[in-house]
Amino acid sequence: MHFTEIRNSERELQQFQLRIGVAAVAVLVAFSLLAVRFFYLQVVQHDVYRAKAEENRISIVPVSPNRGLILDRNGVVIARNYSGYTLEIFPRRVKDLQGTIEQLAELVDIQPRDRARFKKLLAETRNAESLPIRNRLSDEEAARFAVNRYQFEGVEIRGRLFRQYPFGDVGSHVLGYMGRVDIADQARMEEEGIYANYRGTDYIGKAGVEASYQKELHGTTGFEQVEIDAAGRGIRTLSRTPSQPGNNVTLTLDMRLQQVAEVAFGQRRGALVAIEPSTGAVLALVSKPGFDPNLFVDGIDPQYWAELNGSEDRPLNNRAIAGVYPPGSTFKPYMAMAALELGKRKVTSTIYDPGYFDFGGRRFRDSKVGGHGSVDLYKSIVVSSDTYYYQLANDLGIDAIAGFMRHFGFGARTGIDLQGEAAGVLPSQEWKMKRFRQPEQQKWYAGETISIGIGQGYNAYTPIQLAQAMATLAGGGAVYRPRLVAHVDNPRSGERHHVEPEQMHQAPLRRDHVEFIKRAMAGVIREGTGQRAFAGATYAVGGKTGTAQVIAMKQNEKYDEKKVEERFRDHSLFIAFAPVDSPRIAIAVVVENGGFGARTAAPITRTVLDYFMLGKLPQALQLPTPEDEAAELQESD
Amino acid sequence: MELARLPLRRIGLRIAEGIDPGLLVVIVSLSMLGLAALFSASYENPARLVAQLANLGVALAAMWLVAQISPQTIMRFAVPAYVIGLALLIAVAPFGDLVNGARRWLHVGVARFQPSEMMKLALPMMLAWYFHKNESTLRLRNFAAAAVLLAVPTALILRQPDLGTAALVGAAGFFVIFFAGISWRVLGVLGGLGLAITPLAWGMLHDYRRRRVLMLLDPTQDPLGAGYHIIQSTIAVGSGGPWGKGWLNGTQAHLEFIPERHTDFIFAVYSEEFGLIGNVVLLVLYSFLIARGLMIAANAATVFARLMAGSIALMFFVYAFVNMGMVSGILPVVGVPLPFLSYGGTALLTLFIGAGILMSVQRHRKLVQT
Repeated sequence: MHFTEIRNSERELQQFQLRIGVAAVAVLVAFSLLAVRFFYLQVVQHDVYRAKAEENRISIVPVSPNRGLILDRNGVVIARNYSGYTLEIFPRRVKDLQGTIEQLAELVDIQPRDRARFKKLLAETRNAESLPIRNRLSDEEAARFAVNRYQFEGVEIRGRLFRQYPFGDVGSHVLGYMGRVDIADQARMEEEGIYANYRGTDYIGKAGVEASYQKELHGTTGFEQVEIDAAGRGIRTLSRTPSQPGNNVTLTLDMRLQQVAEVAFGQRRGALVAIEPSTGAVLALVSKPGFDPNLFVDGIDPQYWAELNGSEDRPLNNRAIAGVYPPGSTFKPYMAMAALELGKRKVTSTIYDPGYFDFGGRRFRDSKVGGHGSVDLYKSIVVSSDTYYYQLANDLGIDAIAGFMRHFGFGARTGIDLQGEAAGVLPSQEWKMKRFRQPEQQKWYAGETISIGIGQGYNAYTPIQLAQAMATLAGGGAVYRPRLVAHVDNPRSGERHHVEPEQMHQAPLRRDHVEFIKRAMAGVIREGTGQRAFAGATYAVGGKTGTAQVIAMKQNEKYDEKKVEERFRDHSLFIAFAPVDSPRIAIAVVVENGGFGARTAAPITRTVLDYFMLGKLPQALQLPTPEDEAAELQESD
Repeated sequence: MELARLPLRRIGLRIAEGIDPGLLVVIVSLSMLGLAALFSASYENPARLVAQLANLGVALAAMWLVAQISPQTIMRFAVPAYVIGLALLIAVAPFGDLVNGARRWLHVGVARFQPSEMMKLALPMMLAWYFHKNESTLRLRNFAAAAVLLAVPTALILRQPDLGTAALVGAAGFFVIFFAGISWRVLGVLGGLGLAITPLAWGMLHDYRRRRVLMLLDPTQDPLGAGYHIIQSTIAVGSGGPWGKGWLNGTQAHLEFIPERHTDFIFAVYSEEFGLIGNVVLLVLYSFLIARGLMIAANAATVFARLMAGSIALMFFVYAFVNMGMVSGILPVVGVPLPFLSYGGTALLTLFIGAGILMSVQRHRKLVQT
């Protein structure tokens, strides 16, 4: 046995050494193959390739396509292109960059922000051919440079298309902004195998529809064969394959409605989302504060970028899809719906509301001191009784609430065609288990369920979720994926691709229950917490106010707005739909630190609905037309 | 004077211990040629040179460290390295960064990390360990088990999808199996099967991969994309001629005709400037490297050591052959760097660690020649 093992080992070793020999021969053969190939290319065909390299004065220059337009549902152009001159430096052909820039500054106006931007681009980009030192040259400046061009080796004027947004900061979070293709983008596109189509393209969409529909908007890059001299400068064009423009993207958004909503918001922070319940089409999507996407189109200057990023108001944050807020009392209609569907309450049953609800030695207070007395389901929504919903939440239990609310899309990404959507939190026992590490934190306490009933506690939803839930309730249970794009058109073939409404789910809701809740929400407007804001409205609206606490009050402390710093004041919320029979719009508004829902969010909703239902423009608000804004933009250039 | 110099000499000797001078000279020569080509490719900008020098420093240190460890100790890492690598590959499937369409990277703290790179050494180590454990009792089923050990990580990398790395990892594993003595008959049958399923594999390839293979047949089809790379790199090589255009004088690279000229296509820059003579020097250097590796394998003391050394030597060969073949237009474009010349830290580290293992094997070779 032992002997055979040794023999085996020896045989294996011999076999191994034989195979080493085989491998060596294989290596030799393969390398000889390479050597033959090299000999063929470098000796036999050398003249051919030398000529080709000489001729490789024929450079293939990409021709960037025109980016597609973005239009609103009525065909109003909200993102377009205009051509302008840029002064570009080819860093590798310039010996003394600093000196060249100084010299250029004598011919054309070069601001410190231009220099800062150039420096930033130089540091950030890899293998860039040319970088802009000045954008949007005036005709006079272009002419002055052209005359002196011979003095500047490695500096050229280029005609380029720039993105322009005639409405300025209106709808900025829907449109997004453009930014330079950075190293990460480049790697991603190489990975996808689409980088060739982006040669010659410096800017792509970085946020909003500009980013999520980048591929549609981009088009196909063409190319020119250009004869170049030894320094790489173009002499003449030999052939040309034209580029094909990107597709035009038409949004479901009504830009006029969007403007009205943004004017109504004024300087406040917050978000508004309006959806068509029967399709999921987004009619308006506001996130305030916004930004002016025009400032991004030619490379944002570092100072403005730092301001946007550093601001406490976080203007680059799309609050409508990424901000999460407790829904406050706007949660109550859904709680009422749960009570009916799960058989925990009848329409007729009444409770007594003394102004508080005691549970486990803790007293949960109603926002109205002394309470609302005898309260039935209808009244609980109209007057927004907290006590009613403390009790109801306790009777339902957390998992029943979570299970039911899931039908409305609470706590799940809606799948809107924008990047960066947040999921929010629909609290449940399971969620808490996963959320926390410590066993004592993982346990769900029955007391925590109480405040869930009035939309407080761990509840946290995005405004788009609130709007989607409102649309679902108003539409009788059909959950549609919210979407911003109605159709995409190929400008050359005229081909149109419609984005069809996509129903994601059907919430199992009884028709009479839905009608009851809608009636109660109409009651809120007619005789309840929304009465003041909608006084004199000539159309039928259903709504619900909400006030969400930002800081927790101690048990016996009373919230006093004046004593609380602005940033810790309550958020003001409002949800609504109109008209009450066959709703055409569902809307959710969150005003950060806006105080009571009835005070700030409800009047904003009123202004928006007045325009949507009646075409009435906000009083004392002169809306600038896009032409005015465009003219203004031209002047400021 | 004498006394003061003595400890210094001793320290020097201690550091040099375990380092194979032949291998070191070849590797350093290759790295120097790489730096020269890199300097030209980056328009004489020293920043990239400095970065690559730093990469080289780290890689050399890693090589030295590995060379100090005995093959027996290295073998102990085989199973854990393989298991961890496999776990990471599985983890990367759902948790890795989705870089549109491909999941290759895993976040580890602050850095991103490619588990497939680790497999380039972990897989041959695992297989070599497996054959070492079953020495003298090898049957067909051992080879079948080895094939499974090879197929699982290769398939995972292929799924990411990353054809280039999958091929390299698969090849490294295959060499171990080959050296372990799988019978020629089985190899023949497998080869036949491989040919038979080629059309099937073609159907499974990603579109852009297929385009790259097709471009090889007719590069003029896609002058902006993949075909452009092949056309231009072939022109670069051919126009270099017998003697080359001279260092820093390549027009193809300097007029931006060569894509990826720092990394996968650095050979085009090198070949244009140093010509056939330069290419022959490179081939000779690689031949020395591989021959030295195979010699070390032939004299290795244990099954593990010889399989590892053989596999690493042939890994160097595959890298070099595939890269030069692709740049000169006889193989399709896949992301394989030119060993010791291409810019980039990770690949360099893997190669130097491989060299370190060779040195370790050489140091602990059989003392009595048979």
